[in-house]
Amino acid sequence: MDIVERRPDYLNADYGVRSWLLTTDHKRIALLYLVSITVMFVIGGLFAAAIRLELLTPRGDVVQADTYNKLFTMHGIVMIFFFLIPSIPAVLGNFLLPMMIGARDLAFPRLNLLSWYVYLVGALFTLWAMITGGVDTGWTFYTPYSTAAATTKVIPTAVGVFITGFSSILTGLNFIVTVHTMRAPGLTWFRLPLFVWAHYAMSLIAILGTPVLTITIALVGLERLLHLGIFDPALGGDPLLFQHLFWFYSHPAVYIMILPAMGVISEVVTCFSRKRIFGYAFIASSSLLIAFLGFLVWGHHMYVSGQSMYAGLVFSFLSFAVAMPSAVKVFNWTATLYKGSIAWDSPMLYALGFIGLFTLGGLTGIYLAALGLDVHVHDTYFVVAHFHYIMVGGAIMGYLGGLHFWWPKITGRMYPEGLAKVAGIIVFLGFNLTFFPQFILGYLGMPRRYHVYPDEFQVLNVLSTAGTSILGFGYLLPLLYLTWSLRYGPKAAANPWGAAGLEWQTPSPPPTENFSETPRVIHEAYDYEHEITIRPQEGVEVPVG
Amino acid sequence: MLEKFHLFPEQASTVAPRVDALFYFLIAVSVFFVLLIAGLILYFMVKYRRRRPDERGSALHGSLALEVVWTAIPFAIALVAFFWGASIYAALQRPPDDALEVHVVGKQWMWKMQHMEGRREINTLHVPVHQPIKLTMTSEDVIHSFYVPAFRIKQDVLPGRYTSAWFEATQPGEYHLFCTEYCGTLHSGMIGKVIAMDQAAFGAWLGGTEGDATVPVAEAGERIFADLGCPSCHRPDALARGPSLDGLAGREVRLADGAAVVADDDYLRESILYPRAKVVAGYEPLMPLYQGLISEEQVLQLVRYIKSLAPEPDREGAGELRPRSAR
Repeated sequence: MDIVERRPDYLNADYGVRSWLLTTDHKRIALLYLVSITVMFVIGGLFAAAIRLELLTPRGDVVQADTYNKLFTMHGIVMIFFFLIPSIPAVLGNFLLPMMIGARDLAFPRLNLLSWYVYLVGALFTLWAMITGGVDTGWTFYTPYSTAAATTKVIPTAVGVFITGFSSILTGLNFIVTVHTMRAPGLTWFRLPLFVWAHYAMSLIAILGTPVLTITIALVGLERLLHLGIFDPALGGDPLLFQHLFWFYSHPAVYIMILPAMGVISEVVTCFSRKRIFGYAFIASSSLLIAFLGFLVWGHHMYVSGQSMYAGLVFSFLSFAVAMPSAVKVFNWTATLYKGSIAWDSPMLYALGFIGLFTLGGLTGIYLAALGLDVHVHDTYFVVAHFHYIMVGGAIMGYLGGLHFWWPKITGRMYPEGLAKVAGIIVFLGFNLTFFPQFILGYLGMPRRYHVYPDEFQVLNVLSTAGTSILGFGYLLPLLYLTWSLRYGPKAAANPWGAAGLEWQTPSPPPTENFSETPRVIHEAYDYEHEITIRPQEGVEVPVG
Repeated sequence: MLEKFHLFPEQASTVAPRVDALFYFLIAVSVFFVLLIAGLILYFMVKYRRRRPDERGSALHGSLALEVVWTAIPFAIALVAFFWGASIYAALQRPPDDALEVHVVGKQWMWKMQHMEGRREINTLHVPVHQPIKLTMTSEDVIHSFYVPAFRIKQDVLPGRYTSAWFEATQPGEYHLFCTEYCGTLHSGMIGKVIAMDQAAFGAWLGGTEGDATVPVAEAGERIFADLGCPSCHRPDALARGPSLDGLAGREVRLADGAAVVADDDYLRESILYPRAKVVAGYEPLMPLYQGLISEEQVLQLVRYIKSLAPEPDREGAGELRPRSAR
């Protein structure tokens, strides 16, 4: 279905820098975020490359110790606060949430633009802190090192993170109000796409948890500046108080990072199985359960901190509990494939890769939840491997899969499918070579954040660094071919994948107002039995109302 | 590079095999589920591959029975792992009564060890095999963490309080000691060795001198106690202005505000450095602060000395610490 004449869409509705920098169109704001987070990803990735380069040899021969300490700190801060937390919600969530519920925009379009500016200011502040000296406290800012001993740019970085937190809170607020108040007629809660459920749950975490980080980071800055004695025992404070406050947010934060990716997987798996998702209600409620339980487990980061043994027991039990809803999702996604009609397009390959890597990564969380075992592997490369499996093998694969899936809708162009498949496989293989050896290193006892290490750890470190180069190449490919497709990719149909969902009922790319008339929803979510009419020659049509 | 390559750490303590057994169990669980999920995915991908562009999947989209089964089975496995891990952890929290104490002070970027008989070490810890060792640890600056992979033990070492860990080495050898809580520039240089020796060799080592005079810690503590003027208030007669310290360690103490605390190591340390924090009932808050006047090692020596003070024979039973006037 080639479009013969240019019709107005959100990309050509207006031209000029001002029309982008002052837009309130959720779709344009999504693209503003796409550009900014990609830049931050490249910066965070360069820090990672430097780290892995240093770790090729046991000696410190690439950078000095202080530099290395800044590299891993800044890698963590950039990747977590400036890439992972915004990624799917700010790009895909912003673009798709209103469309998926039949709305014209989010509830607060100007607040949405403000979120991006707040993010930008926070990012620029943090980058400035990095350029003018950097910070070496670890992204975890443990006290009293960060308040009393570190001589690096702690306060500027803390201010940057403080500011950026508001971006997350505002986005979460916007999403929650939108889902509550702007659903199209007939779109009941249990007909919502699971992507929406996932973002709703994530938004609850964002608005309830982020303020705690904001306050905590402010207290670190104030203590550093004014020597208040909140966290520093030399001034009468308690360093464990910091850890409790910090992890109270930072554990739920990991669910902010993974829930949206799980939402993407639900959408992709059902579309490319052309079958209603298995266990819809269970997947939807598991998102809420993860959000709730996620607030109750923070002490599993503190089993050897000096926290009481009894606290450890409670946190351990709850940490096992929070793993259960994630397991339920994995089983339901797998069951969706059963008797489906499965296409092997690249978004599906990313989604299936996610399921495998998330299963492995999530299972290693069980090792860490187990008290006696965590004592051995805490603060070692085992933990590093665990969270990279979830965050990179999981969240980033989910982000890439989603980006590919909705690329035709967002840009009106198709990307080269063969190359996308190859890139996905390279990413999968490079990722495993990078991070699997780190599980072994961790159990052997190699601590985290080590600039130099004993000789016997070198073989595994070399394997890990080799994997990084492959993974990096795998990430470079989509950066190149997706950009290429903007100009040279074939024009995309409204629904090239034959997917259910209101967003696919609009042209690719959509007009600014999304829908010329508010749709009426009369089907359940993913109702492939009834909802889709498929005509092989002409593509796919979805009847409305 | 290849000669020293290992895939698995050695087991050199009594708890290591227990930790490894749980690890193997979880590996078995992981392998099972990863193979199950990956296998099903690959199988379904191929078996149900889309054959025609207009093909759609079946209407099947739920099963309560399956949801119950695949929630219950993982939860059962999780409970097993929870109790198993908790049991190992509980054992790690409870040093045997016959454990030999060693004081450890961490500072940027070194470990200072003090054996009770007097020998001191830096970045090295000699221990006898088949003998529980209890480490009482504190930091002079930031949070560090004492980690011996071969023993599977780890404990954060904090400024301002004591933390402890214990282990029993099972085979002679040299084992890595790592600081494993990021502590600044030379965090990865804050490493050392635990040297486990058979008991005879350890006895010989302990009796030897290297550099410093090896005064037993309790004796060193007694000297500090005298030098700092402590007996002027903590004395057995009616001129005492502070509570008696005989038999104090480990006993319950009633404070001026009505609360009761156990006089553990942390209490003793705090009462020396910040005496106003917990004033004993019936006494005035007269004791000067020793914060800044003595080092953490000296505090440990004082604590050791106080712990060596047996209760006076004429005081029957443990009882609470009461002011002189109440007797």
